[in-house]
Amino acid sequence: MSHATTSRTDAGTSRPEPGVDRRPLARRRRNRVLLQVACILITLFMALPIYLIALAAMSSRQSLQKFPLSFIPDNFSTETMQTFLQSTGILGGLINSFQVGVFTLVLSLLIGVPAGYAVARFAFRGREPYQLFLLFTRALPIVVLSVPLAQLFLQTGLYDSVLAVVLLHSALALPTTILITASVFLGVPRDVEEAARIFGCSPVQAFLKVVLPMAIPGIAAASIFTFVMSWNEVLGASILTLNQRTLPAQVLSSLAESPLAYRFAGGFLLVVPALVFIFFMRRYLTNMWGSTIR
Amino acid sequence: MAAPDAPAAARPHVPPPGPRVRAPRRRGSSAALLLIAPSIVFMTLLFGWPMVSGVLQAFGGPEGLTTANFTRMSQDPYFWSSVGNTLLLIVVMIPIQFVLALAMALLIRAKPRGASAYFYIWAIPLAVSDLAAGLVWLTVFTDRGYLNSLLASLGMQPFSWLAYDNYPSMFAAVLIAEVWRATSLVFVIVVAGLQSIPKDYEEAAGVFGASFWNRLWHVTLPLLRPSLQTALILRTILAFQTFAVALALTGQNFPLVVGETYRWYTGLQDPNVASALALVVMAVSMVTAVGYLKLLRDQTEAAR
Repeated sequence: MSHATTSRTDAGTSRPEPGVDRRPLARRRRNRVLLQVACILITLFMALPIYLIALAAMSSRQSLQKFPLSFIPDNFSTETMQTFLQSTGILGGLINSFQVGVFTLVLSLLIGVPAGYAVARFAFRGREPYQLFLLFTRALPIVVLSVPLAQLFLQTGLYDSVLAVVLLHSALALPTTILITASVFLGVPRDVEEAARIFGCSPVQAFLKVVLPMAIPGIAAASIFTFVMSWNEVLGASILTLNQRTLPAQVLSSLAESPLAYRFAGGFLLVVPALVFIFFMRRYLTNMWGSTIR
Repeated sequence: MAAPDAPAAARPHVPPPGPRVRAPRRRGSSAALLLIAPSIVFMTLLFGWPMVSGVLQAFGGPEGLTTANFTRMSQDPYFWSSVGNTLLLIVVMIPIQFVLALAMALLIRAKPRGASAYFYIWAIPLAVSDLAAGLVWLTVFTDRGYLNSLLASLGMQPFSWLAYDNYPSMFAAVLIAEVWRATSLVFVIVVAGLQSIPKDYEEAAGVFGASFWNRLWHVTLPLLRPSLQTALILRTILAFQTFAVALALTGQNFPLVVGETYRWYTGLQDPNVASALALVVMAVSMVTAVGYLKLLRDQTEAAR
């Protein structure tokens, strides 16, 4: 009974062979099509908003005031972006954001890599509590730290400086840095290190000459992650600064009184690094989250 | 110069007694402590110190300890609506995110044509901040934005999606923006979890005639439990911290608790009430995390 009703779709192209059940094939083909449709729908949901903000940021002020807005880039203009970049605090914010990101990265690596190595290689007393301590600090909301830190920084004269934000961001990034580098070092075989020791390296030499080069890609991934976290963080940066704001903090604080074009341009500038970052990191993402989060 | 490394030299001759050959060596406790000491000092200074002074500040007043800050906090007209909004957002958002992320991960695992391109695009929001996500969706939902443009070109009436008197549409806008931004995180965690599950289990179930839903419910999901658990705790705690999405989309029309802390600190210049709010956020986050851990562990044990 099944043979007579072979898939209707290819009835015109090929004659159904008797004795072959084509339904599984047809079902398979239908499933592939449904799979693609679902993937395309989700991709539209994820990508369309990014296209739209790029479109808005690249339109002239005039064409942003038209209604209805055009969905295709009909008059490309850098006017909106230029106006945004020239408004007060934006260029400085961009520089501050960059500085904060780089210093945060360096500081959290300096403190985090040795700690990650210790967690990966030694079964010292207190390793479990230490790891629990790291997980606990990661669960602390940023706002819990920023408000009191602002008061303390006001007293110590650190308030409204790049260093203040760097300290906060390093504290936030450090648990992740330690957990990621620990898992990276776990991936470097111990034998390699021991071989280096047998050939006469001191522990420090073995680490610097053998282990570290093998761990560099993973550590690079961790540091890009730190940079992005710092680039995106807005609440702490807004609370800890007044004039030395990072880019997100500057955009946030001028949100209420700024025109729409300013907000679109700001949003676009904040999104662009994400595109670049995920592009370079896409191979590492699952490994990083898969191995470090538990 | 360096002390001879006993374990390394002895290993070939003496087989390790325990079952775990690869157990980290017991030696070097002092070296390990030296290596982690800077992080402990740094974290204690930057977490411990502010936590203590934050608690003092929340209970601090002009004349000694007081609960006046909490009273002021709870009497603020925005406070209870910010609590309600935050909870409602979490309760509605988390299930949507998990179903969507699971579907996305299963789609990717089915290896459609162009899977790597899909993965890239679906992971992009992972690196987008909540402020940026709010601004991105503002282009869509604002009065003369792209959604209304679409409606107008289809001949329909534009609608004020973000107006304060249209609560459902305002909530939906914030929800969509947050789902857009934060589902990627769950997605990546679930993909990582799926990678660690051998396909054999599911194929075996398939051979015995289990349908897709049966395989998903009885084989894949139980094996994914650790990943889902981590994602759930992480997402809930992070969801309490959401605020810039709503601020970028609606201004003060859709207050969230952390946004209120920001407003008390910067706008109203009252660090004491801001600290009180921060303590509330922390308490709720901690209780949630512990609650999840307890609940999920109990269930795991019961299942065994």
